[in-house]
Amino acid sequence: MLIPQLINGLTQGSLYALIAIGFVIIFGTMNLVTFAHGEVYMAGAFVGAFAMTLWHLPWFVALVMGMAAAWVLGFLIEKVAFRPLRTAGHMPPLLITIGLSIILKDLAVVLFGAENRPVPSIYEQTVRLAGVQVSVLQLVILGLAGSLFLVLRLLIQGTKIGRAMRATAQDHEAAYAMGVNVNRVFSIAFALASCLGGAAGVMIGIYYNAVYPTMGGTAGLKGFAACIFGGLTSIPGAILGGIIIGVVENLTVQFLASGYRDVVAFLVMVIVLVLRPQGLLGRKLRTV
Amino acid sequence: MLELRGVCTRYGPVQVLWEVSLTVGEGELVCLLGGNASGKSTTMKTILGLVHPVRGEVLFRGRPIHRDTPAQVVRAGIAPVLESRRIFPQLTVYENLLMGAYTRTDGPGIRQDIEAVYERFPLLRERRGQLGGTLSGGEQQMLAIARALLARPRLLVMDEPSMGLSPLFVEKTFEVIQDLNRQGIAILLVEQNANMALAIAHRGYVLQTGRIVLADTAQNLVNHPMMRKAYLEL
Repeated sequence: MLIPQLINGLTQGSLYALIAIGFVIIFGTMNLVTFAHGEVYMAGAFVGAFAMTLWHLPWFVALVMGMAAAWVLGFLIEKVAFRPLRTAGHMPPLLITIGLSIILKDLAVVLFGAENRPVPSIYEQTVRLAGVQVSVLQLVILGLAGSLFLVLRLLIQGTKIGRAMRATAQDHEAAYAMGVNVNRVFSIAFALASCLGGAAGVMIGIYYNAVYPTMGGTAGLKGFAACIFGGLTSIPGAILGGIIIGVVENLTVQFLASGYRDVVAFLVMVIVLVLRPQGLLGRKLRTV
Repeated sequence: MLELRGVCTRYGPVQVLWEVSLTVGEGELVCLLGGNASGKSTTMKTILGLVHPVRGEVLFRGRPIHRDTPAQVVRAGIAPVLESRRIFPQLTVYENLLMGAYTRTDGPGIRQDIEAVYERFPLLRERRGQLGGTLSGGEQQMLAIARALLARPRLLVMDEPSMGLSPLFVEKTFEVIQDLNRQGIAILLVEQNANMALAIAHRGYVLQTGRIVLADTAQNLVNHPMMRKAYLEL
């Protein structure tokens, strides 16, 4: 029973990781925390669910639509909530995102209803891999998350805008003096972070066959936790943090009781952070 | 080539520059001297478009640039060497150089210019894959200058390049500055180290609490009684 639970944990953890990376990108470039990230994830999940149920589109089209919607939403949040307050310190944007999170959640309740909305299953078959039954859907999710990590890495390490993002994260005034349009970098960083959250939302909706307005609460919290666990500004750290949280949760469900899953997951995190306050892969210097 | 006319700059309620006027001619090496909090860095930031003056104007090659963004200023031909170097510590030496060419889109030209700065600073070629933050202070200064050159500037604006460097590297830095100037790049050198700056500059200005109080040739400034007393420690 160990291997299947490890795979469950890995699948769930890779989706936490996608959310966590969003926090890393936003904190890394802008030095700010958003509490509306879970709701961006929820919005992406709803768009994906609608695409599949109302418009009967294939799942990958739904995924792209959910990611695009989250991108746009992130772009707008940065414009209205963060940009006017860039010099106002940490507190005002934080409070605004808490407000935005409530507004988005309630808006979803008003527009779509508070109850669960079903999402059709895909890839229900399983395959045997090295003697273990594995669900095809889990493999699809893992492959997808892995590809997104890879694309993100190529984007950040290998492109001009990625380099500008890293430079801005390290010294935004120097980057500005070199001619970087820092506002544009912030916009893109926020939208990119949101887009990854939207992808996680669509995939979670498909994985659990349901979306609902409050789904962003726990997911946002877990993602934020994974981000801190991993070292706050390290993308590999966020991936590792997300996966560890996912795996610990699923092993707890298997070997203890499902009621303890969050307790054990956060306990492990607390212990690691006490021993290593900078997080798993955290450094003293800020980077994306 | 560069002309400041009656520039006043303020940060919120605090006015830092009062009617600052200065010029840097084609191919000239001009230094801007002054003590702490005299407004040297603010003058530089105003030229670079990092802050905008409330009154007065900044002209570059006859065109007003005091409402421009830093990107536009860099494109116009002014490149910054910022105070305390401001290398991107987690970018490689090569990537730091690319950031200097950020406003450019001519790929082959950029590669050619990177090759040229590697020729000038062979150490940077050796360290091109190393993170900027791992270089010593003096090496970072060379990188900061090289990064500015990647913008293909007509004018280099340098803020305290000697600060925090060992005497050996200060000397090396000033040699490089003089060398660049001889190749035709105009330089505005903002410095506290008046001795060194006046030794290589053609002309100089002295700022005191945001006002230009002296403007003369480097030779005359060295001999000026006020300079000898206040800055030159002779």
